[in-house]
This record gives sequence, C-alpha cells and structure tokens, in this order.
Amino acid sequence: MVGVTVTTEQAYDTVDMMLNMGPQHPATHGVFRMVLTVDGERVVDVTPHIGYLHRGSEKLAENESYGQVVTLFDRLDYVSNLNNELIFCRAAERLMGIEPPERGQYIRVILAELNRLASHLLFIGTYAIDLGAMTPIMYGFRERERIQNMFESVTGARMMHNFIRIGGVKEDVPPDFVPRVRALLDDVERGVQECDRLLTFNEVFLARTRGVGVIDLPTALSCGLTGPSLRASGLAYDVRKDYPYEVYPYLSYRVPVGENGDCWDRYYMRVLECYESLSMIRQCLDQMEEGPVMAQMRRIARPPKGEVYVHGENPRGDIGVFLVSDGTDKPYRVKVRPPSFCNLVSLRPMMRDAYIADAVAILGSLDIVLGEVDR
Amino acid sequence: MIGTFKGLLTTARWLLKRPVTAHYPEQHLPVQQRYMGFPALLMDDTADEPFCTGCMVCVRECPTQCMSAQMHDNPKFADGTSHRRKIINEFEINLNRCILCGICVDVCSFDAIEMSYEHELASYARTGSRADLTLLLDLGRRYVNMSGWTPANAEKNVAEVALAKRAAAAAAREAPAGDAATEETTEGGE
Repeated sequence: MVGVTVTTEQAYDTVDMMLNMGPQHPATHGVFRMVLTVDGERVVDVTPHIGYLHRGSEKLAENESYGQVVTLFDRLDYVSNLNNELIFCRAAERLMGIEPPERGQYIRVILAELNRLASHLLFIGTYAIDLGAMTPIMYGFRERERIQNMFESVTGARMMHNFIRIGGVKEDVPPDFVPRVRALLDDVERGVQECDRLLTFNEVFLARTRGVGVIDLPTALSCGLTGPSLRASGLAYDVRKDYPYEVYPYLSYRVPVGENGDCWDRYYMRVLECYESLSMIRQCLDQMEEGPVMAQMRRIARPPKGEVYVHGENPRGDIGVFLVSDGTDKPYRVKVRPPSFCNLVSLRPMMRDAYIADAVAILGSLDIVLGEVDR
Repeated sequence: MIGTFKGLLTTARWLLKRPVTAHYPEQHLPVQQRYMGFPALLMDDTADEPFCTGCMVCVRECPTQCMSAQMHDNPKFADGTSHRRKIINEFEINLNRCILCGICVDVCSFDAIEMSYEHELASYARTGSRADLTLLLDLGRRYVNMSGWTPANAEKNVAEVALAKRAAAAAAREAPAGDAATEETTEGGE
C-alpha cells in the first residue's frame, strides 16, 4: 500500500455484471438462453440467444409433399398442434382455391379452440410454477389430460395429430362426440374456475405480477407483440375478430382487453380467453350440422403457381404462413411468422429496470414455446 | 389474506377425493378406439397371406422414410388361390424413425397397413426397434383381435371375395349374352 493513492471514486467504482440464464434452465420452458446485464439487483439489459431447438422445419418442408408438411407444422408449437395444422392447411387451400365443407370447418374450430384451452391451462400451471406455486399445475394438467383424451378419441393421437388436412379434416368425429365434448367442457370449466380461484387474486401472486414487466401499447406495437400479450396492453387485436376465417364470424364472443400491460394482465387475458373458448365450442356444437368433412379434391394436393400469406390466431398470438408454390406437389418455400419468436422482441423493453427475481416472471408471462421460436 | 384462504379452501376440497392419476407401470389405461400406435401389417386369412402387395406407395409417402419393402411374384396367384399377382417378400419398419402420422394408412389402397394399438415396444437391443415382416404381421393380428378391424374394401382386397367375383365375371363372359345379363342383375340384387 506504500506510495499508492486511491481516490474515493475509484474505490467505489462499479461495473455491470453479466449473468447467464439458460439454456438448461427450467423456467425457460425449453432451451432458451438469455444474457442479463445486471446492476446490483436491477436488470440493465437482456440479450436473448435462440436456436438451440432449430430443426430447419421451413427448409425440410421444401422436400416434403403438401400432405407431409402438416406433420412438420404439428411440431412447431408443440402445445397447440391443431392450431398450427389449421394455419398451414388454410394457406394451401387458399392457394388451391378450395373451401372445406361447413361441418369440416366446425370440427376444425372446435378442435382448435379445445387446443387453445389445453395450451392456456398449461400456461396457467407453468406460470404458477415459475412463481413458486406448486398446486395450479396439478389442476391445469388434470384438465389438459382430459382434453388430450378427447383428442385421442377423435384424432388417434394425443399430441402430434396430423388430423386437419388440406380440404377439411381426416375423418368425421366419432358418433358420441357432441355429448362427450359437452361433458368435457363442464369439467374443464370447473377446472379453469378452480385455477382462477386459486391463483388470480392471491395476494402473493398479485405482489409478484402486478406492475412487473409493464409494456405500454406503442412499444408493444413497435415490437410486433401479438396475441394475449398485446391485448393485455390495451388493444383488442384478435385475428379471429379482425380478419375472420373458418366459422368464427358465426360465433359471438368477446375479446378480453387488459389495462396495464403487466404480467398479471397477460396472465389474466389467458384465463378470460379460456372462458371465451368454452363458450365458442358450445356455440359450435349447437350450430354444427351433418354433412361432408372433406372438400372434393384430388388425393395429392398440387396447388397452381403462386404465393399466399395467411394468418390466424394461435394461443400465443398472430401466426402467419407465407407459402410459395411452383406448381409441383412440393412447396417451393414455406415461411412461418411464429408468434413466440416475434413476442420475444418485447423481452428487452419489459425486462429493463426490473429485478433479477422478476426475470422469470416476465419471461414466463410471454408464454413462449421454443419449438416455434427456433423452428 | 382472503385470496390465500380461498386457495386453501379450494385445495382442501380435493383432499378427500380420489386422485385422478394412474400409476403407470402397475396400471395401464385403455387406449381409445381410434388410437394410432405403431403401424402393423394385416393378414388376409382367406388366402393365408398378407394383404400387402408391395406397391411401395407407403414407402414413398412416408415423411421420415422409415420403411422399406420388397415384393416378388405370388406363387398362390399361379395356383389360383389368390388374386394378388405380387406379394410382399420383405418389409421392414424402423420404429425409431416412425412418427405415427398415419399417412401410410391413408395412402394404402389394399387395406394392408393399419395403425395398431402398440405403443410399448421398448427394447434393450439397438436393432430392437426394427420390425420385420413376421413381427409386423403379429402386431397386426393382435390389433385385429383387439379392435375387431375388418377390411374397408373387402370386395377388392379379400382373396376369397375377389376370386369369387372374378370367377363370376369369367362365367358371365363365357355364357351367352342373355344369361350374362340375368346373372348381372341377380348379382346386383344381392
């Protein structure tokens, strides 16, 4: 120490710390890595690193026939498979200029909304577990299991269904489908109410989520946020409502909109959407009539030359498919706009100035699925 | 405080109810009627041979290229005991690659392949997941016993029916024109 003079400023000079989170972190719901720059307990900056689950689905699709590409779309967002199948089949149908018969459309919408319910129930459960509450995932999974059993009896598979086909659905639903779904909906409604009662207005949950990860509407829009996460910030943008497709125009439902754009709002939008989906499925069951489920078309889909962009509402947001056909039985290019990937852009504005302890709460509230982010 | 109390009440209600979980290795839940397990090949018992003619359409349409097949001339066709000119000789499915999509069943026009209920086929050997013709036919037989499967297009694919139909058509060709017409009407009446 002899001969060295240290000024006070130098002695207390601090530097930001880099903190690596993931890819093997349970709260990232897959293989997602983010590098947090922290100043003490505050997050200064966040850099997401993606690509750990990249399988090249878009490129693989160029070597598969149109019917086979549906199996790849099953594996994009692997908790809402039927919604993904639906969007690709709609894109191919638009290209070919065919319209599936009405019963086929009703079956598609029922299955898609059931899948939305299953996906949101999973979100409610895993979000609670991210915040340290163990019980809701048990209730959420119990109901999701019932929905998956229903899928098994209709499509033959619990997750990778390959049931929605270009021009309709693979086969008609089993004869006892309508009463079984009605019974299922009553069970699921009770389950959603249970999760709701358990979690939504719990003081600890409110303290962890209220005013955390706030994003205002202009920022959310400029980040390309869609789905429940955008509606939490106060804009009623829902593709089902704004650009209606399938039989959605025949159904009456509300689009829940939040006020603050914080984690609690993003969570609560999904709970409210569960109730809306339940009512939608009930309306579909009432309106559905007998008829064919598959459009008249050639067995092997061969769309004419052209390109098309089709989008729809996934549980996570606005999913889009850009499809280019060169007139052969294989697509020339398939580009997916995955909602999870685009929603990740808003991670930085949300995380800025939050506490490290809230990083998991903010990431969880976006409800990303890495299969879709990395494709 | 109220929220916490509400939550406790909700969980307390479930304390006395039976759990919904099935404990897997001890307890097996039944599969649904439409359950799609691993693909299996089916036997045509009327000719004691598989339905599969080795047309390779499933091999070509499989998204993961998990199958391979080889056919040869059917000796039973020469005997006149089968209507299938070609018959499958070797068939192998790599169950590790299979993604259970059911496309092979959709494209098959011979009722030869079907998604069975098999889903517990783990084995200790590295090659244990390669199912050959014998195993696939065994799986198919189990599937038929469990599900009561019948061929969708029996008239075309079941040897007995198809042979009878051909014989009837041949008889009609040889008989005078008037008789053929009556025969056809009776056939239609049936």
